[in-house]
Amino acid sequence: MTWESIDRLTPIDQPAETLLDEAFRKDILDRAAKYPAKRAALLPALHAAQEKLGPLSDQVMVEIAELLAISPADVLDTATFYDMFTREERGRHLIGVCESLSCELCGCNELLDALTEKLGITPGQTSNDKRFSLVTMQCIGACDFAPAMLIDGELHKTVSVEHLDEILRKYT
Amino acid sequence: MSFEPVLTKNVGHPEAVTLEGYVARGGYESLKKAFGMKPAELVQLVKDSGLRGRGGAGFPAGTKWGFLPQEHPGPIYMVVNFDESEPGTFKDRYIADNDPHQIIEGVIVSSYATRASGAFIFIRGEFLAQAKIMEKAIQEAYKGGYLGKNIQGSGYDLECVLHRGAGAYVCGEETAMLEALEGKRGWPRTKPPFPAVEGAFGKPTVINNVETLCCVPHIINKGATWFTGLGTEKSSGMKLYGISGHVNNPGVYELPMGIPCNELIEKYGGGMRGGKKVKAVIPGGVSTGVLTADELDCPMDFEGPIGRGCLGLGTAGLMVMNEQTCMVTVLRNIVRFFAHESCGQCTPCREGAQWMYRILNRIIEGEGTIEDVNTLLELAETQGALPGKTICGLADGTAWAVKTIITKFRSEFDAMVTDNVAIGN
Repeated sequence: MTWESIDRLTPIDQPAETLLDEAFRKDILDRAAKYPAKRAALLPALHAAQEKLGPLSDQVMVEIAELLAISPADVLDTATFYDMFTREERGRHLIGVCESLSCELCGCNELLDALTEKLGITPGQTSNDKRFSLVTMQCIGACDFAPAMLIDGELHKTVSVEHLDEILRKYT
Repeated sequence: MSFEPVLTKNVGHPEAVTLEGYVARGGYESLKKAFGMKPAELVQLVKDSGLRGRGGAGFPAGTKWGFLPQEHPGPIYMVVNFDESEPGTFKDRYIADNDPHQIIEGVIVSSYATRASGAFIFIRGEFLAQAKIMEKAIQEAYKGGYLGKNIQGSGYDLECVLHRGAGAYVCGEETAMLEALEGKRGWPRTKPPFPAVEGAFGKPTVINNVETLCCVPHIINKGATWFTGLGTEKSSGMKLYGISGHVNNPGVYELPMGIPCNELIEKYGGGMRGGKKVKAVIPGGVSTGVLTADELDCPMDFEGPIGRGCLGLGTAGLMVMNEQTCMVTVLRNIVRFFAHESCGQCTPCREGAQWMYRILNRIIEGEGTIEDVNTLLELAETQGALPGKTICGLADGTAWAVKTIITKFRSEFDAMVTDNVAIGN
Protein backbone atom coordinates (compact mmCIF):
# COMPACT_ATOMS: atom_id res chain seq x y z
CA MET A 1 0.00 0.00 0.00
CA THR A 2 1.29 3.44 -0.87
CA TRP A 3 0.40 6.75 0.65
CA GLU A 4 -0.46 9.69 -1.46
CA SER A 5 1.03 12.80 0.08
CA ILE A 6 0.86 16.45 -0.78
CA ASP A 7 3.58 18.92 -0.02
CA ARG A 8 1.48 21.75 1.27
CA LEU A 9 4.28 24.31 1.10
CA THR A 10 4.47 24.23 -2.68
CA PRO A 11 1.56 26.03 -4.30
CA ILE A 12 -0.70 23.72 -6.29
CA ASP A 13 -0.91 24.52 -9.99
CA GLN A 14 -4.03 26.49 -10.66
CA PRO A 15 -6.14 25.05 -13.48
CA ALA A 16 -5.84 27.09 -16.66
CA GLU A 17 -9.52 27.92 -16.77
CA THR A 18 -12.44 27.71 -14.40
CA LEU A 19 -15.29 25.32 -15.04
CA LEU A 20 -18.04 27.55 -13.71
CA ASP A 21 -18.67 30.54 -15.93
CA GLU A 22 -19.68 34.04 -14.86
CA ALA A 23 -23.38 33.56 -15.53
CA PHE A 24 -23.40 30.43 -13.37
CA ARG A 25 -21.58 32.19 -10.53
CA LYS A 26 -23.90 35.14 -10.66
CA ASP A 27 -26.92 32.87 -10.63
CA ILE A 28 -25.66 31.00 -7.54
CA LEU A 29 -24.73 34.19 -5.70
CA ASP A 30 -28.18 35.63 -6.48
CA ARG A 31 -29.71 32.49 -5.03
CA ALA A 32 -27.44 32.68 -2.00
CA ALA A 33 -28.64 36.24 -1.36
CA LYS A 34 -32.15 34.88 -0.73
CA TYR A 35 -30.93 32.97 2.33
CA PRO A 36 -29.62 34.35 5.63
CA ALA A 37 -26.38 32.38 5.10
CA LYS A 38 -24.43 31.90 1.89
CA ARG A 39 -23.81 28.21 2.45
CA ALA A 40 -27.55 27.53 2.12
CA ALA A 41 -27.07 27.82 -1.64
CA LEU A 42 -24.90 24.69 -1.62
CA LEU A 43 -27.60 22.19 -2.62
CA PRO A 44 -28.91 24.48 -5.38
CA ALA A 45 -25.32 25.00 -6.58
CA LEU A 46 -24.59 21.27 -6.66
CA HIS A 47 -27.85 20.58 -8.53
CA ALA A 48 -27.05 23.27 -11.07
CA ALA A 49 -23.42 22.20 -11.50
CA GLN A 50 -24.33 18.56 -12.02
CA GLU A 51 -27.05 19.46 -14.50
CA LYS A 52 -24.66 21.63 -16.48
CA LEU A 53 -21.36 19.79 -16.23
CA GLY A 54 -22.20 16.22 -15.29
CA PRO A 55 -20.65 14.30 -12.40
CA LEU A 56 -19.22 16.50 -9.68
CA SER A 57 -15.48 16.73 -10.22
CA ASP A 58 -12.96 17.83 -7.59
CA GLN A 59 -12.42 21.09 -9.41
CA VAL A 60 -16.11 21.92 -9.58
CA MET A 61 -16.41 21.34 -5.85
CA VAL A 62 -13.37 23.50 -5.12
CA GLU A 63 -14.87 26.30 -7.23
CA ILE A 64 -18.24 26.01 -5.51
CA ALA A 65 -16.46 26.09 -2.15
CA GLU A 66 -14.71 29.32 -3.08
CA LEU A 67 -17.93 30.81 -4.39
CA LEU A 68 -19.80 30.12 -1.15
CA ALA A 69 -16.80 30.81 1.13
CA ILE A 70 -16.67 27.34 2.69
CA SER A 71 -14.01 24.65 2.60
CA PRO A 72 -13.86 22.12 -0.25
CA ALA A 73 -14.13 19.39 2.37
CA ASP A 74 -17.51 20.79 3.44
CA VAL A 75 -18.72 20.64 -0.14
CA LEU A 76 -17.51 17.05 -0.51
CA ASP A 77 -19.08 16.13 2.83
CA THR A 78 -22.47 17.47 1.78
CA ALA A 79 -22.38 16.25 -1.82
CA THR A 80 -21.57 12.66 -0.94
CA PHE A 81 -24.44 12.42 1.54
CA TYR A 82 -27.19 12.77 -1.05
CA ASP A 83 -28.23 10.06 -3.50
CA MET A 84 -28.94 12.44 -6.33
CA PHE A 85 -25.41 13.81 -6.50
CA THR A 86 -22.85 11.66 -8.25
CA ARG A 87 -19.09 11.70 -8.64
CA GLU A 88 -19.12 8.92 -11.21
CA GLU A 89 -19.52 9.10 -14.96
CA ARG A 90 -22.98 8.03 -16.01
CA GLY A 91 -24.65 7.23 -19.30
CA ARG A 92 -26.53 9.84 -21.30
CA HIS A 93 -29.79 8.82 -19.65
CA LEU A 94 -30.41 7.76 -16.09
CA ILE A 95 -33.11 5.16 -15.51
CA GLY A 96 -34.28 5.03 -11.90
CA VAL A 97 -36.63 2.20 -11.06
CA CYS A 98 -38.53 2.63 -7.80
CA GLU A 99 -38.17 -0.45 -5.64
CA SER A 100 -40.29 0.57 -2.68
CA LEU A 101 -43.09 -1.58 -1.37
CA SER A 102 -46.00 -0.55 -3.59
CA CYS A 103 -43.80 -0.80 -6.67
CA GLU A 104 -42.50 -4.20 -5.57
CA LEU A 105 -46.08 -5.39 -4.97
CA CYS A 106 -46.98 -4.23 -8.47
CA GLY A 107 -44.01 -5.76 -10.25
CA CYS A 108 -40.86 -3.62 -10.17
CA ASN A 109 -38.67 -6.71 -9.91
CA GLU A 110 -39.98 -7.99 -13.25
CA LEU A 111 -39.27 -4.55 -14.66
CA LEU A 112 -35.70 -4.59 -13.35
CA ASP A 113 -35.10 -8.09 -14.73
CA ALA A 114 -36.38 -7.03 -18.14
CA LEU A 115 -34.20 -3.90 -18.15
CA THR A 116 -31.18 -5.94 -17.15
CA GLU A 117 -31.85 -8.31 -20.02
CA LYS A 118 -32.47 -5.55 -22.58
CA LEU A 119 -29.56 -3.32 -21.62
CA GLY A 120 -27.12 -5.93 -20.38
CA ILE A 121 -26.53 -4.03 -17.12
CA THR A 122 -27.53 -4.49 -13.51
CA PRO A 123 -28.48 -1.62 -11.19
CA GLY A 124 -25.46 0.59 -10.58
CA GLN A 125 -23.99 -0.05 -14.05
CA THR A 126 -23.76 1.87 -17.32
CA SER A 127 -24.29 0.30 -20.73
CA ASN A 128 -21.24 -0.09 -22.98
CA ASP A 129 -22.56 2.44 -25.48
CA LYS A 130 -22.95 4.94 -22.59
CA ARG A 131 -26.61 5.35 -23.50
CA PHE A 132 -28.13 4.28 -20.20
CA SER A 133 -27.23 4.01 -16.55
CA LEU A 134 -29.57 1.97 -14.39
CA VAL A 135 -30.21 2.59 -10.70
CA THR A 136 -32.82 1.51 -8.20
CA MET A 137 -34.55 4.27 -6.25
CA GLN A 138 -36.24 4.45 -2.90
CA CYS A 139 -39.89 5.53 -2.95
CA ILE A 140 -40.32 8.29 -5.54
CA GLY A 141 -43.77 9.31 -4.30
CA ALA A 142 -45.64 7.81 -7.22
CA CYS A 143 -47.17 4.76 -5.52
CA ASP A 144 -50.50 5.46 -7.25
CA PHE A 145 -48.69 4.74 -10.51
CA ALA A 146 -46.77 1.65 -9.36
CA PRO A 147 -44.56 0.33 -10.75
CA ALA A 148 -43.04 3.68 -11.55
CA MET A 149 -39.71 4.79 -12.92
CA LEU A 150 -37.92 8.03 -13.62
CA ILE A 151 -35.83 8.58 -16.74
CA ASP A 152 -33.82 11.80 -16.51
CA GLY A 153 -36.32 13.02 -13.95
CA GLU A 154 -39.36 12.30 -16.13
CA LEU A 155 -41.95 10.06 -14.49
CA HIS A 156 -43.15 6.97 -16.30
CA LYS A 157 -46.34 5.64 -14.77
CA THR A 158 -47.62 2.10 -14.30
CA VAL A 159 -44.91 0.68 -16.51
CA SER A 160 -45.21 -2.88 -17.72
CA VAL A 161 -42.50 -4.95 -19.34
CA GLU A 162 -44.34 -4.70 -22.70
CA HIS A 163 -44.06 -0.89 -22.58
CA LEU A 164 -40.32 -0.80 -22.07
CA ASP A 165 -39.16 -0.87 -25.70
CA GLU A 166 -41.45 1.95 -26.64
CA ILE A 167 -40.40 4.05 -23.64
CA LEU A 168 -36.68 3.50 -24.14
CA ARG A 169 -36.86 4.37 -27.85
CA LYS A 170 -37.40 8.02 -26.88
CA TYR A 171 -34.00 8.24 -25.25
CA THR A 172 -31.15 8.08 -27.74
CA MET B 1 -74.24 14.17 5.95
CA SER B 2 -72.50 14.43 2.62
CA PHE B 3 -68.95 15.66 2.66
CA GLU B 4 -67.79 18.30 0.24
CA PRO B 5 -64.07 18.15 -0.50
CA VAL B 6 -62.10 21.34 0.05
CA LEU B 7 -58.43 20.36 -0.32
CA THR B 8 -59.15 18.71 -3.66
CA LYS B 9 -61.93 20.98 -4.88
CA ASN B 10 -59.74 22.29 -7.71
CA VAL B 11 -58.85 18.82 -8.99
CA GLY B 12 -60.36 18.50 -12.45
CA HIS B 13 -60.10 22.25 -13.00
CA PRO B 14 -56.72 22.55 -14.71
CA GLU B 15 -57.08 26.34 -14.94
CA ALA B 16 -56.67 26.50 -11.13
CA VAL B 17 -52.96 25.79 -11.55
CA THR B 18 -52.51 29.42 -12.62
CA LEU B 19 -52.92 32.36 -10.26
CA GLU B 20 -55.78 33.77 -12.30
CA GLY B 21 -57.66 30.49 -12.38
CA TYR B 22 -57.06 29.91 -8.69
CA VAL B 23 -58.40 33.34 -7.72
CA ALA B 24 -61.40 32.84 -10.01
CA ARG B 25 -62.24 29.70 -8.06
CA GLY B 26 -62.17 31.51 -4.75
CA GLY B 27 -58.46 31.31 -4.06
CA TYR B 28 -56.57 33.70 -1.75
CA GLU B 29 -59.87 34.64 -0.07
CA SER B 30 -58.56 33.66 3.36
CA LEU B 31 -55.86 36.33 3.17
CA LYS B 32 -58.34 39.18 3.52
CA LYS B 33 -59.87 37.61 6.59
CA ALA B 34 -56.49 36.64 8.05
CA PHE B 35 -54.99 40.10 7.65
CA GLY B 36 -58.00 41.49 9.50
CA MET B 37 -57.04 39.38 12.51
CA LYS B 38 -54.09 39.49 14.87
CA PRO B 39 -51.52 36.66 14.53
CA ALA B 40 -52.35 35.49 18.06
CA GLU B 41 -56.02 35.22 17.12
CA LEU B 42 -55.11 33.02 14.17
CA VAL B 43 -52.99 30.77 16.38
CA GLN B 44 -55.96 30.47 18.73
CA LEU B 45 -58.26 29.68 15.80
CA VAL B 46 -55.98 26.85 14.68
CA LYS B 47 -55.78 25.60 18.28
CA ASP B 48 -59.58 25.65 18.48
CA SER B 49 -59.86 23.71 15.23
CA GLY B 50 -57.83 20.85 16.72
CA LEU B 51 -55.77 20.67 13.51
CA ARG B 52 -53.09 18.02 13.91
CA GLY B 53 -49.99 17.66 11.73
CA ARG B 54 -50.63 15.74 8.51
CA GLY B 55 -46.98 14.79 7.93
CA GLY B 56 -47.00 11.70 10.12
CA ALA B 57 -46.66 12.62 13.78
CA GLY B 58 -50.10 14.18 14.28
CA PHE B 59 -48.84 16.87 16.63
CA PRO B 60 -51.37 19.70 17.20
CA ALA B 61 -50.38 22.49 14.81
CA GLY B 62 -51.63 25.36 16.98
CA THR B 63 -49.68 24.07 19.98
CA LYS B 64 -46.56 23.82 17.83
CA TRP B 65 -47.00 27.44 16.75
CA GLY B 66 -47.47 28.39 20.39
CA PHE B 67 -43.94 27.17 21.20
CA LEU B 68 -42.43 30.08 19.27
CA PRO B 69 -40.99 32.69 21.64
CA GLN B 70 -43.22 35.72 22.10
CA GLU B 71 -41.74 39.15 21.43
CA HIS B 72 -38.78 37.65 19.58
CA PRO B 73 -36.73 40.57 18.26
CA GLY B 74 -35.13 38.82 15.24
CA PRO B 75 -36.60 36.97 12.30
CA ILE B 76 -38.78 33.88 12.57
CA TYR B 77 -38.80 31.34 9.74
CA MET B 78 -41.43 29.03 8.32
CA VAL B 79 -40.11 25.82 6.78
CA VAL B 80 -42.56 23.85 4.68
CA ASN B 81 -42.02 20.13 4.75
CA PHE B 82 -42.57 18.99 1.18
CA ASP B 83 -40.02 16.19 1.44
CA GLU B 84 -42.77 13.54 1.14
CA SER B 85 -40.49 10.51 1.11
CA GLU B 86 -42.37 8.05 3.30
CA PRO B 87 -43.04 5.02 1.08
CA GLY B 88 -46.75 4.91 0.27
CA THR B 89 -47.22 8.67 0.41
CA PHE B 90 -48.03 10.92 -2.54
CA LYS B 91 -50.70 13.32 -1.25
CA ASP B 92 -48.58 16.47 -1.23
CA ARG B 93 -47.39 15.74 -4.76
CA TYR B 94 -51.07 15.49 -5.69
CA ILE B 95 -51.79 18.94 -4.25
CA ALA B 96 -48.83 20.50 -6.09
CA ASP B 97 -49.81 18.83 -9.36
CA ASN B 98 -53.37 20.13 -9.18
CA ASP B 99 -53.39 23.18 -6.96
CA PRO B 100 -49.99 24.76 -6.23
CA HIS B 101 -51.45 28.10 -5.15
CA GLN B 102 -53.39 26.40 -2.38
CA ILE B 103 -50.01 25.52 -0.85
CA ILE B 104 -48.78 29.10 -1.21
CA GLU B 105 -51.96 30.49 0.33
CA GLY B 106 -51.50 28.12 3.28
CA VAL B 107 -47.89 29.22 3.62
CA ILE B 108 -48.80 32.92 3.59
CA VAL B 109 -51.55 32.80 6.22
CA SER B 110 -49.57 30.40 8.43
CA SER B 111 -46.45 32.54 8.15
CA TYR B 112 -48.50 35.60 9.08
CA ALA B 113 -49.97 33.75 12.06
CA THR B 114 -46.51 32.74 13.27
CA ARG B 115 -45.03 36.18 12.43
CA ALA B 116 -42.51 34.57 10.08
CA SER B 117 -40.70 36.83 7.64
CA GLY B 118 -39.25 34.10 5.46
CA ALA B 119 -40.72 30.84 4.21
CA PHE B 120 -38.61 28.03 2.79
CA ILE B 121 -40.47 25.31 0.92
CA PHE B 122 -38.30 22.21 1.13
CA ILE B 123 -39.31 19.91 -1.73
CA ARG B 124 -37.72 16.52 -2.29
CA GLY B 125 -35.23 16.40 -5.15
CA GLU B 126 -37.05 13.69 -7.07
CA PHE B 127 -40.12 15.93 -7.46
CA LEU B 128 -38.58 17.82 -10.36
CA ALA B 129 -41.88 18.36 -12.17
CA GLN B 130 -43.53 19.59 -8.97
CA ALA B 131 -40.58 21.89 -8.23
CA LYS B 132 -41.15 23.53 -11.61
CA ILE B 133 -44.88 23.92 -10.91
CA MET B 134 -44.18 25.42 -7.48
CA GLU B 135 -41.46 27.75 -8.79
CA LYS B 136 -43.86 29.08 -11.41
CA ALA B 137 -46.62 29.54 -8.83
CA ILE B 138 -44.24 31.40 -6.50
CA GLN B 139 -43.23 33.75 -9.33
CA GLU B 140 -46.90 34.38 -10.13
CA ALA B 141 -47.65 35.06 -6.48
CA TYR B 142 -44.81 37.59 -6.29
CA LYS B 143 -46.09 39.34 -9.42
CA GLY B 144 -49.65 39.33 -8.11
CA GLY B 145 -48.60 40.92 -4.83
CA TYR B 146 -49.26 37.83 -2.72
CA LEU B 147 -45.60 37.46 -1.76
CA GLY B 148 -42.89 40.04 -1.15
CA LYS B 149 -43.38 43.43 0.46
CA ASN B 150 -46.70 44.70 1.78
CA ILE B 151 -48.79 41.72 0.69
CA GLN B 152 -52.17 42.93 -0.67
CA GLY B 153 -51.70 46.23 1.13
CA SER B 154 -51.64 44.58 4.54
CA GLY B 155 -48.23 45.85 5.57
CA TYR B 156 -47.07 42.25 6.01
CA ASP B 157 -43.86 41.18 4.21
CA LEU B 158 -43.00 37.59 3.33
CA GLU B 159 -40.19 36.20 1.21
CA CYS B 160 -40.63 32.67 -0.10
CA VAL B 161 -37.89 30.40 -1.43
CA LEU B 162 -38.24 26.94 -2.96
CA HIS B 163 -35.40 24.67 -1.84
CA ARG B 164 -34.82 21.32 -3.53
CA GLY B 165 -33.55 18.34 -1.57
CA ALA B 166 -31.29 15.80 -3.20
CA GLY B 167 -32.52 12.34 -2.37
CA ALA B 168 -32.41 11.53 1.33
CA TYR B 169 -35.47 10.22 3.20
CA VAL B 170 -34.07 11.36 6.54
CA CYS B 171 -34.48 15.01 5.46
CA GLY B 172 -38.18 14.63 6.17
CA GLU B 173 -37.15 14.67 9.84
CA GLU B 174 -37.48 18.32 10.67
CA THR B 175 -34.01 19.03 12.02
CA ALA B 176 -32.33 17.04 9.22
CA MET B 177 -34.35 19.22 6.87
CA LEU B 178 -32.91 22.33 8.52
CA GLU B 179 -29.39 20.99 8.04
CA ALA B 180 -30.09 20.29 4.35
CA LEU B 181 -31.57 23.77 4.02
CA GLU B 182 -28.39 25.22 5.48
CA GLY B 183 -26.27 23.36 2.92
CA LYS B 184 -25.09 20.51 5.11
CA ARG B 185 -25.56 16.74 5.15
CA GLY B 186 -28.99 15.80 6.42
CA TRP B 187 -28.08 14.70 9.91
CA PRO B 188 -30.86 15.14 12.46
CA ARG B 189 -29.93 17.44 15.34
CA THR B 190 -30.08 16.49 18.97
CA LYS B 191 -32.97 18.18 20.75
CA PRO B 192 -33.28 20.42 22.67
CA PRO B 193 -32.99 23.08 21.43
CA PHE B 194 -36.19 22.50 19.48
CA PRO B 195 -36.64 24.31 16.16
CA ALA B 196 -39.25 26.63 17.68
CA VAL B 197 -36.43 28.10 19.77
CA GLU B 198 -33.40 27.53 17.55
CA GLY B 199 -34.19 26.26 14.07
CA ALA B 200 -33.19 27.37 10.58
CA PHE B 201 -30.09 29.56 10.64
CA GLY B 202 -30.24 29.58 14.43
CA LYS B 203 -33.59 31.42 14.50
CA PRO B 204 -36.98 30.34 15.85
CA THR B 205 -38.56 28.19 13.17
CA VAL B 206 -41.88 26.51 12.64
CA ILE B 207 -41.95 23.45 10.40
CA ASN B 208 -45.23 22.15 8.99
CA ASN B 209 -46.27 19.62 6.40
CA VAL B 210 -47.79 20.81 3.12
CA GLU B 211 -51.23 19.30 3.77
CA THR B 212 -51.33 20.77 7.29
CA LEU B 213 -50.70 24.25 5.92
CA CYS B 214 -53.31 23.72 3.19
CA CYS B 215 -55.93 23.11 5.89
CA VAL B 216 -55.33 26.53 7.47
CA PRO B 217 -56.96 28.77 4.79
CA HIS B 218 -60.08 26.57 4.88
CA ILE B 219 -60.23 26.85 8.68
CA ILE B 220 -59.95 30.63 8.35
CA ASN B 221 -62.69 30.73 5.69
CA LYS B 222 -65.12 28.31 7.30
CA GLY B 223 -64.28 28.50 10.99
CA ALA B 224 -62.94 26.18 13.65
CA THR B 225 -66.38 24.75 14.38
CA TRP B 226 -66.78 23.62 10.78
CA PHE B 227 -63.43 21.81 11.07
CA THR B 228 -64.17 20.13 14.38
CA GLY B 229 -67.53 19.09 12.91
CA LEU B 230 -65.62 16.89 10.49
CA GLY B 231 -63.80 13.76 11.52
CA THR B 232 -63.64 12.43 15.05
CA GLU B 233 -63.28 14.02 18.45
CA LYS B 234 -59.49 13.74 18.66
CA SER B 235 -58.83 13.81 14.92
CA SER B 236 -60.76 16.71 13.48
CA GLY B 237 -61.09 17.74 9.88
CA MET B 238 -60.64 16.16 6.50
CA LYS B 239 -57.68 14.11 5.38
CA LEU B 240 -56.06 13.14 2.14
CA TYR B 241 -55.83 9.36 2.04
CA GLY B 242 -53.48 7.74 -0.44
CA ILE B 243 -54.19 4.18 -1.49
CA SER B 244 -51.73 2.00 -3.39
CA GLY B 245 -50.78 -1.63 -3.78
CA HIS B 246 -53.12 -4.41 -4.86
CA VAL B 247 -56.25 -2.29 -5.33
CA ASN B 248 -58.18 -1.46 -8.48
CA ASN B 249 -58.11 2.33 -8.15
CA PRO B 250 -54.94 3.57 -6.45
CA GLY B 251 -55.04 7.31 -5.82
CA VAL B 252 -55.67 10.18 -3.41
CA TYR B 253 -59.08 10.53 -1.77
CA GLU B 254 -60.20 13.38 0.49
CA LEU B 255 -62.51 12.27 3.28
CA PRO B 256 -63.37 13.19 6.84
CA MET B 257 -60.99 11.66 9.37
CA GLY B 258 -61.95 8.32 10.82
CA ILE B 259 -63.30 6.48 7.79
CA PRO B 260 -62.88 2.73 8.38
CA CYS B 261 -60.00 1.08 6.55
CA ASN B 262 -62.19 -1.45 4.72
CA GLU B 263 -64.54 1.26 3.46
CA LEU B 264 -61.57 3.16 2.06
CA ILE B 265 -60.37 0.09 0.21
CA GLU B 266 -63.76 -1.05 -1.08
CA LYS B 267 -65.54 2.21 -1.78
CA TYR B 268 -62.65 4.41 -2.88
CA GLY B 269 -59.78 2.09 -3.74
CA GLY B 270 -62.18 0.17 -5.96
CA GLY B 271 -61.70 -3.09 -4.09
CA MET B 272 -58.97 -5.65 -4.56
CA ARG B 273 -57.49 -6.33 -7.97
CA GLY B 274 -58.55 -9.70 -9.36
CA GLY B 275 -61.17 -10.10 -6.63
CA LYS B 276 -58.56 -11.38 -4.19
CA LYS B 277 -58.80 -11.02 -0.43
CA VAL B 278 -56.89 -8.50 1.67
CA LYS B 279 -54.08 -9.94 3.73
CA ALA B 280 -52.55 -6.84 5.26
CA VAL B 281 -52.68 -3.05 5.08
CA ILE B 282 -49.97 -0.57 6.02
CA PRO B 283 -51.96 2.38 7.41
CA GLY B 284 -49.72 5.31 6.63
CA GLY B 285 -46.28 4.69 5.22
CA VAL B 286 -43.94 1.80 5.95
CA SER B 287 -42.91 3.22 9.35
CA THR B 288 -46.32 2.68 10.85
CA GLY B 289 -46.54 -1.12 11.02
CA VAL B 290 -49.31 -3.23 9.62
CA LEU B 291 -53.02 -4.02 10.05
CA THR B 292 -54.25 -7.56 9.43
CA ALA B 293 -57.37 -8.61 7.51
CA ASP B 294 -59.17 -8.94 10.87
CA GLU B 295 -58.41 -5.34 11.79
CA LEU B 296 -59.88 -3.61 8.75
CA ASP B 297 -62.69 -2.06 10.75
CA CYS B 298 -59.95 0.24 12.05
CA PRO B 299 -61.02 3.90 11.88
CA MET B 300 -58.38 5.77 9.93
CA ASP B 301 -57.86 8.59 12.39
CA PHE B 302 -54.86 9.30 14.61
CA GLU B 303 -56.04 6.87 17.29
CA GLY B 304 -57.32 3.90 15.26
CA PRO B 305 -54.04 2.33 14.10
CA ILE B 306 -52.40 2.95 17.52
CA GLY B 307 -55.17 0.90 19.12
CA ARG B 308 -54.21 -1.97 16.84
CA GLY B 309 -50.51 -2.08 17.63
CA CYS B 310 -49.32 0.32 14.95
CA LEU B 311 -47.06 3.32 15.45
CA GLY B 312 -49.85 5.61 14.27
CA LEU B 313 -51.81 6.87 11.30
CA GLY B 314 -48.59 8.21 9.82
CA THR B 315 -49.19 9.93 6.51
CA ALA B 316 -52.40 7.99 5.79
CA GLY B 317 -50.76 6.50 2.73
CA LEU B 318 -52.30 3.03 2.75
CA MET B 319 -50.44 0.16 1.10
CA VAL B 320 -52.76 -2.75 0.49
CA MET B 321 -51.53 -6.33 0.11
CA ASN B 322 -53.52 -9.29 -1.18
CA GLU B 323 -53.69 -12.83 0.20
CA GLN B 324 -50.83 -14.05 -2.02
CA THR B 325 -48.32 -11.63 -0.58
CA CYS B 326 -45.34 -13.09 1.32
CA MET B 327 -44.95 -11.02 4.47
CA VAL B 328 -41.31 -12.00 4.92
CA THR B 329 -40.54 -10.46 1.53
CA VAL B 330 -42.60 -7.40 2.44
CA LEU B 331 -40.58 -6.95 5.62
CA ARG B 332 -37.34 -7.35 3.72
CA ASN B 333 -38.39 -4.60 1.33
CA ILE B 334 -39.18 -2.27 4.24
CA VAL B 335 -35.99 -3.04 6.16
CA ARG B 336 -33.90 -2.60 3.01
CA PHE B 337 -35.42 0.87 2.71
CA PHE B 338 -34.45 1.85 6.25
CA ALA B 339 -31.00 0.29 5.94
CA HIS B 340 -30.45 2.38 2.83
CA GLU B 341 -31.83 5.58 4.32
CA SER B 342 -30.19 5.51 7.75
CA CYS B 343 -28.06 8.64 7.93
CA GLY B 344 -25.37 6.77 9.82
CA GLN B 345 -25.16 8.96 12.92
CA CYS B 346 -26.51 6.53 15.52
CA THR B 347 -25.13 3.01 15.82
CA PRO B 348 -28.40 1.17 16.67
CA CYS B 349 -29.98 2.47 13.47
CA ARG B 350 -26.97 2.30 11.15
CA GLU B 351 -25.85 -1.19 12.19
CA GLY B 352 -29.21 -2.51 13.32
CA ALA B 353 -31.03 -1.99 10.05
CA GLN B 354 -28.19 -3.53 8.04
CA TRP B 355 -28.07 -6.47 10.42
CA MET B 356 -31.83 -7.03 10.14
CA TYR B 357 -31.60 -6.82 6.36
CA ARG B 358 -28.91 -9.50 6.30
CA ILE B 359 -30.98 -11.73 8.58
CA LEU B 360 -34.05 -11.37 6.36
CA ASN B 361 -32.02 -12.19 3.27
CA ARG B 362 -30.74 -15.28 5.04
CA ILE B 363 -34.26 -16.35 5.96
CA ILE B 364 -35.56 -15.83 2.42
CA GLU B 365 -32.61 -17.76 0.98
CA GLY B 366 -33.65 -20.71 3.12
CA GLU B 367 -30.78 -20.46 5.61
CA GLY B 368 -32.74 -18.92 8.49
CA THR B 369 -33.42 -20.34 11.93
CA ILE B 370 -36.03 -19.66 14.61
CA GLU B 371 -33.25 -17.89 16.48
CA ASP B 372 -32.95 -15.43 13.56
CA VAL B 373 -36.61 -14.46 13.90
CA ASN B 374 -36.12 -13.88 17.62
CA THR B 375 -33.01 -11.80 16.94
CA LEU B 376 -35.05 -9.59 14.64
CA LEU B 377 -37.55 -8.95 17.41
CA GLU B 378 -34.80 -8.32 19.93
CA LEU B 379 -33.11 -5.81 17.61
CA ALA B 380 -36.42 -4.07 17.01
CA GLU B 381 -36.89 -3.62 20.75
CA THR B 382 -33.55 -1.83 21.05
CA GLN B 383 -34.02 0.56 18.10
CA GLY B 384 -35.26 4.05 17.88
CA ALA B 385 -35.97 7.31 19.60
CA LEU B 386 -38.91 5.97 21.60
CA PRO B 387 -36.70 3.63 23.66
CA GLY B 388 -34.23 6.53 23.72
CA LYS B 389 -31.49 4.94 21.65
CA THR B 390 -31.28 7.25 18.64
CA ILE B 391 -31.42 10.94 17.79
CA CYS B 392 -34.39 10.73 15.44
CA GLY B 393 -37.32 8.45 14.78
CA LEU B 394 -36.06 6.77 11.61
CA ALA B 395 -35.12 3.62 13.50
CA ASP B 396 -38.55 3.58 15.15
CA GLY B 397 -39.96 3.07 11.68
CA THR B 398 -37.75 0.03 11.18
CA ALA B 399 -38.59 -1.27 14.63
CA TRP B 400 -42.33 -0.88 14.24
CA ALA B 401 -42.40 -2.61 10.88
CA VAL B 402 -40.37 -5.52 12.24
CA LYS B 403 -42.35 -5.81 15.47
CA THR B 404 -45.84 -5.65 14.01
CA ILE B 405 -45.19 -7.75 10.91
CA ILE B 406 -43.45 -10.55 12.82
CA THR B 407 -45.93 -10.51 15.71
CA LYS B 408 -48.99 -10.47 13.47
CA PHE B 409 -47.64 -12.90 10.86
CA ARG B 410 -45.35 -15.04 12.98
CA SER B 411 -46.49 -18.30 11.36
CA GLU B 412 -45.16 -17.19 7.97
CA PHE B 413 -41.73 -16.55 9.40
CA ASP B 414 -41.73 -19.85 11.27
CA ALA B 415 -42.86 -21.73 8.18
CA MET B 416 -40.05 -20.24 6.17
CA VAL B 417 -37.30 -21.03 8.67
CA THR B 418 -38.50 -24.54 9.53
CA ASP B 419 -39.88 -25.86 6.24
CA ASN B 420 -38.54 -23.29 3.80
CA VAL B 421 -42.09 -22.58 2.67
CA ALA B 422 -42.95 -19.18 1.28
CA ILE B 423 -46.55 -18.08 1.50
CA GLY B 424 -47.99 -16.76 -1.69
CA ASN B 425 -45.13 -16.81 -4.15
